[in-house]
This record gives sequence, structure tokens and C-alpha cells, in this order.
Amino acid sequence: MSKTNPTLNQKQKKQKRDKIMVYAIIYSLLALLVIISVVPFWIVLINATRDGVSISTQGITLIPGKSLVENYKILTSNVDVMRGFWNSLKIAILVTVLSGYFSALTAYGFHMYNFKGKNFLFGIILVFMMIPSQLSFLGYVKWMTQLNLMDNHLALIIPSIASIGTVFFLRAYISSSLSKEIIESARIDGAGELYIFHRIALPLMAPGVATMSIFTFIGSWNNYLSARVILSSKANETLPMVISSLKALKIWYQNQGAIYLGFAISIIPIVIVFIFASKYLIENISAGAVKG
Amino acid sequence: MKKLKDKIGYLFISPFFLVFALFSVYPILFTIYLSMTSYKGYGRKTFIGADNFKLIFKDPNVVDAFINTLKIWGVNIFFQIFLALLLVMIFSDIQYKVRGLKFFRVVFYLPNLIAAATIALIFMKLLDKDYGVVNQVLFGIEWIDKPIGWLTKPILAQMSVSGIQTWMWFGNSFILFMASVQAVSKEIFEAARIDGAGRLQILRHITIPSIKPILMYVMVTGLIGGLQLFDIPFLITDGKGFPAGSLNTMIVYIYNMAFVYKNYGYASALSFALFLLILAFTVVFTLATNRVEIKEFFTTRKENKARRKAVAALKGSGKYE
Repeated sequence: MSKTNPTLNQKQKKQKRDKIMVYAIIYSLLALLVIISVVPFWIVLINATRDGVSISTQGITLIPGKSLVENYKILTSNVDVMRGFWNSLKIAILVTVLSGYFSALTAYGFHMYNFKGKNFLFGIILVFMMIPSQLSFLGYVKWMTQLNLMDNHLALIIPSIASIGTVFFLRAYISSSLSKEIIESARIDGAGELYIFHRIALPLMAPGVATMSIFTFIGSWNNYLSARVILSSKANETLPMVISSLKALKIWYQNQGAIYLGFAISIIPIVIVFIFASKYLIENISAGAVKG
Repeated sequence: MKKLKDKIGYLFISPFFLVFALFSVYPILFTIYLSMTSYKGYGRKTFIGADNFKLIFKDPNVVDAFINTLKIWGVNIFFQIFLALLLVMIFSDIQYKVRGLKFFRVVFYLPNLIAAATIALIFMKLLDKDYGVVNQVLFGIEWIDKPIGWLTKPILAQMSVSGIQTWMWFGNSFILFMASVQAVSKEIFEAARIDGAGRLQILRHITIPSIKPILMYVMVTGLIGGLQLFDIPFLITDGKGFPAGSLNTMIVYIYNMAFVYKNYGYASALSFALFLLILAFTVVFTLATNRVEIKEFFTTRKENKARRKAVAALKGSGKYE
């Protein structure tokens, strides 16, 4: 008895050691992937605070520099980055609000009322969900020319009233979160239809609208192709357009710190949105996987 | 009263359908019309029938763009799925309980949120031949003795774009896979382990079958996304698709055809062809993933028919009795 105990102990010890080894390997692998995911952003943020010379001569470092203000002055004397920022913010907010409101209105209309041709109309939405936006793009650009909406932010904002994906999502959301009895009882109390939508249905749909709004906001903030084709004057440029114009500048090589600061300005709002909304975002993506 | 109320539904959906008709449906029809003209983007729109579409089959650039897309997609999807599966294996293991799934999901998803335009520029800086951080580091650890042209050599440029795509999308695939694995009950994994199944066996017989539909989804949407790739190859190559046309993807080509070479009609035809290609992939994907359901549908239909026939025959024979 007393003889077997030490060997058993040794075996347990060895098992424990192996276990620690495996955990060490797993966590270092995960740490490596975290570094790979984050390091480009880290470099951007650090270099945004360093001066051009030290970036090109000393390579990367983990310590921030002291040239943030200087970099900002250099950047803004070359491009109007803040105007791009406000343009992008204005467009993204309007797109998000319009898309959220009108998608909720449409989804509610489809859910609550049994009008003629309802299934046919919803079928059309489903068919158009399959069609990639590229097919409409060239016609859309020429159509905007005819409507005199070229170089006008409205050309990027108005289409968000008809956000097919959001309507589709909210219709599914509404059927699980909104009971018709509540609406009926409000009707008996004599409330008008639009009043019911605004005061009862919309607040109940708010979580679903919020989830889709995050995606809409990020999509609009990041949009490059259609903004580049539609907008032409400097005053109307969006942030991705300003950022992409940086590489044609002299400071692209001479004052890298200022360039990195430009990148940082375009990244930071998204990172802030993400910090607050990551839970909803990821739950939403996961839910899609289980259903689909 | 009830009917009147239902008619209000039209009021609710009318703003959507008004904008939808004006900004979605009409532009699509307009593109299709333009694809049958020799329109230059200005001036007259001369109707030329299917000539633009005939030209597509003779255009070597279209084939090149498609092959470029396949190369970029192939390498990207391989590493993306490899990483995502590895992570799923780690986080679904029974014996080793790895913590922090929520944290890692968030961090791995982060690259997906940044504007592709910004990402293109960031990597142009990092991968720059003479001043880029990557070459600086490789010099520092003495792995290389002359700078590597990550974005100037054709094959390296393609692989760099693949790498950027993998970096942007592996977190997304991981989240999708993990969600489908978590939908499988834990007991199945436990039971398999008690029965003595190894990790690879569990991967092959439980994990992969449970994520198979989503795996197909990731591959097909990745391919469709690859066909629509624009911001990164466009910006990295100053809009030309160079070096040596290796980053000339379909949308970059369509963009140049429409706005640089002023062949708007042909560009519209290319958009339509791209749409048909994407549609074909979508249909094949839907058929492949829903094979069982479709088969069931047809066999039940056949059975129903046979049953009806049998019933009819019985009734017929009944008459004779």
C-alpha cells in the first residue's frame, strides 16, 4: 500500500504537468492570434503619436511618442480630415436613422395588416435580396446624374429608406416580440394606427432596430465605392475618400506620423461603437449561424 | 371597418416601396438596358443588342479577373477555415476547458469592422518595400537581406491580398462555426469521449458534420465576396489592377471600363454577367446544402402521385366488382 502511493502521486504529478503544458501551448497560440488581430491597429495608434523621422529610422516600438499635436497640424494642413469626418458622420447617422425607422414601419405594416398582394410584395423583397448591388450600380450612377443628385449626399442617404435586409430581419424579429393582442387592446382604447406604431410597436421593436442599426452605421461609415463615384468636390468628400487620397501626398513618405494619425481618426469611432455594441453584434452573427 | 384598417397597411409600406422602385428596381432595369447599348457614359445610347455580351466571351481580361479571384479566394478560404476550425477545436474541447471565449471572439472579429479602404492603406504602409514595418522587422531578425516587394510582385501581391482577407474574416468564420457547434448538445461530445473517440475522430464525426451547412455558407459567401472585391485591390494598385494585372478583379475591371475607358455599355454587360455568375453559385449552393430536403420533396411528391394512382386504380377496380 505505502509503496504504490508515491508512484501514483508521480503519475498524477506527470498528468498535471502535461496538462499545464497543453494549456500553455493553447494560450500562447491564442495570444499569438490576438497579437496578429490587434497589432496593425496598435502600430497605427502608436505611430500616430510619433514623428516621421523616428518612424522611418527606428522602426516599431511599443511606446507612444510626443508628436500627436504636430502630426495633427501637418495632416490638417494637407487634407481637410475633419470635414471628411463630419461628412461621414452626418451621412452615417442619417442613413442609420432612416433605415431603422422606415424598415420598422415597413416590417410592422407587413406584420399587422392583411392587405391585398401582401405576400406578392414581400416575395419581391425576397427576390431582390438575392441580387447583388453591383447589378444596379451603373444604372444608379447614371440615374443620379439625370436626377441632378451627383456630388450630393442625398444620393447616398435616400436609398437607405429601402433597406431590404433590415426589413427582412425586423419582420422576423417582430413576429417573435410583438403580440397582436397588445395592438388590439390599444385599438379598442381608441388609439390611432400611427400613434400605436410610434408609442407601442416601435419601443417594443427597439432592440431589433438597434442591432441592425449597428451594422448599418458601420456599413455606411466604411462605404467607399459609391461615395467615390457619386461625390466629386472636396467639400463633400467622406472620410474613406480623404484617407485614400493620403497616398498621393508628399507626406506619405515624409511625415508618416501624420498619415498614421489619419488612419487612427478613421478607426477610432468604429472601435468605440464596437466596444459598446460587441455583445449584440456577436450574438446576432451567432444567431444567424444557428438558424441558417 | 376591418377592411379599411387593413388598407392602412399600404400607407405603412408605401415609403419603402417608393424608394425601392426608384433607387433599386429602376437602376437595375436601367443597367440591363445600358448593357445592350454602346453608351459611353455621355452622349447617345445606341442600341446594339447582344453585341456587348458576345464581346465578354472574347475578352481575355474577364478570364484573368476570374482566375485572380479564384486564386485570392482559394488561399484565403483555406487559411481562414483552418484557423476557424482550430479555434473551434480548442474551445469545444471536453478535457481542456479554455476560458475567455467571449473576449477572443470580440478581438478576432475586430479587423472585420474597419473600413476596407483604411485597411488597404494601412497595409500599403506596413508592407511597403522600402519603408514598411514588415520588411523592417524581417531585416531586424536577419531573415532577409534585401527588401521584399510584397505589393509589387504579382504573385506576392495576390497572396498579400489573400492574407489581408484571411486576417479580416477568420474571426467571423470562427463565430459562425462556434455558434453551430454550441447548438450541438454537450452530451454528444461527452459520450463520444467516453466511448474513447480521439480528437480527430470527434472533429471528423461530430464537429465538421455539425458545421457543414455553415461551412458551405462561408465558402460560397467568401467566393461571392471575392468576386465583388473592390476597395483593397483598387487602392493598393492605384486603381489599375497592376502589378501585371494580378489584382484585376471583376469589380475593379468594371469600374475602369465604365469610368476610365468610358465604355459604359460594356461595363453594364459585365455587371449583368457577374450577377448571373453569382446567381449560379447561389443556386448551386442552395441545391447542395438542401439536397436532402429537395430529395424528400420530390420523393413525397412521387409517393403521393403513386398513392393517388393506386387509389384511383382501386376505385376503378371497385367499379368492376
